[in-house]
Amino acid sequence: MKNIFLFIQNYFTFLCFLALQIFCIVMLSRNSLTHEAFFASTANEVTGKINKQFDNFYSYFRLKEINRQLTAENVMLRNELQSNFIVPDSSKKIVIDSLNRDSFNRYRKFNYLPARVVGSTVTLQTNFLTLERGSLQGVKKGMSVVSPEGIVGVVTEVSDNYCRVMSLLHRNSKVSAMLKNDLNAGSIEWDGINPYYLTLKNISKGAQVKKGDTIVTSNYSANYPPKIMIGTVADFAVDPTSNFYTLKVKTATNFFNLQYVYIIENARYAEQTMLENKKQKANE
Amino acid sequence: MNNIVKYIIRFILFIALQVFVLNNIPPLHQFIVPYLYFLYILWLPFNINRFFLLIIGFVLGITLDYFSGTPGLHAAPCVLIAFIRPFLLNLLIPQETTEQSYVEPSIKSMGWAPYSLYVFLLTFTHHFYLVLIEWLQFGNILFFLGKVAATTLISLLLIFVSEMLFFRKAKFRTNA
Repeated sequence: MKNIFLFIQNYFTFLCFLALQIFCIVMLSRNSLTHEAFFASTANEVTGKINKQFDNFYSYFRLKEINRQLTAENVMLRNELQSNFIVPDSSKKIVIDSLNRDSFNRYRKFNYLPARVVGSTVTLQTNFLTLERGSLQGVKKGMSVVSPEGIVGVVTEVSDNYCRVMSLLHRNSKVSAMLKNDLNAGSIEWDGINPYYLTLKNISKGAQVKKGDTIVTSNYSANYPPKIMIGTVADFAVDPTSNFYTLKVKTATNFFNLQYVYIIENARYAEQTMLENKKQKANE
Repeated sequence: MNNIVKYIIRFILFIALQVFVLNNIPPLHQFIVPYLYFLYILWLPFNINRFFLLIIGFVLGITLDYFSGTPGLHAAPCVLIAFIRPFLLNLLIPQETTEQSYVEPSIKSMGWAPYSLYVFLLTFTHHFYLVLIEWLQFGNILFFLGKVAATTLISLLLIFVSEMLFFRKAKFRTNA
């Protein structure tokens, strides 16, 4: 017994060192729930508040760019106004409002919640954004985030008033995407090299790809509504050893000056993911 | 008391600089990430308790981690260099001279060559371990080697610049 105490006394710093290292590595492996349970929510609140203070000051420098984005979006929305289209008198007027369903038995599947970006990184290998909107304001894990220009990422952590978004510029991010003109689906990833370009993999060689083609979100994604802008094809390589193209995609979103984004709630997200995970279990 | 306040303010400044300035610099290349925050550990006083040094290293790393959303990624290398630091200082400082009477490591208190070696070794260890963890999660060998080399060079440059800009008064330890 005495020897044990002596051992601990002699190697106290080394044991502390080992303990802290193990603690760090355990936290880093996202599978463990300890990190989420003990730290994530409170730490998120604190860093979110500090980020917000800084952003209050910094946002003035980006006003010009935000105005440009908002005008561009307004123009797009105005072009889709009902009043722009001439309707013959006999047609019925279709109004989709924010009620759960209308008289045509249509259900609202996607709901847009505005949120302000208070913190973001682009230079690391694992980039995240912090938004000022949390579980008290209806944000849940797994919701998708889009900017006026294109998609941004997926919510991975939620605290009371803030949430953290894994941006497309994260080495583990994976989004189902397709070519807008011939609907071939593949997955969008980031290779960590350049924050302006993403990689679209697994597009079959049967697809007709040209430089400048638009890439949008596919119908298969549980997080994202279909056909939201991701980017345009900047370059593509034909790999003779496989049956797939690998496309280099220029992001539509400019991750450097994000200020306001929309969090998209999918009313059937839980149902869809539950079913998909159930199928996986049955396969094993 | 005065010293503790000074070190707390320095802590906040280093974290703020890393989070709000260096992490927001437009990327030049995948391999180049400017890190400076760990200089805080390098500038802590000579006579600090080893256990506290570990704890301070951990707190510094974890604070940065919560801002960048990667819990543990920066904390692990910080704890490592905090653990190595005392051994390295013992090796590099000539024991018999009066130079031990300075408060913290600097060019003046250790001399050009030992101080540069001290900074280089700890910077290299920090980046090596940091990139190693990243590399284990994703990436290839070229990413690992290139990023260690590039980040170490950038960090050394930044440390050099900050040594020139912020001239620290080399205080003697008031023992009497």
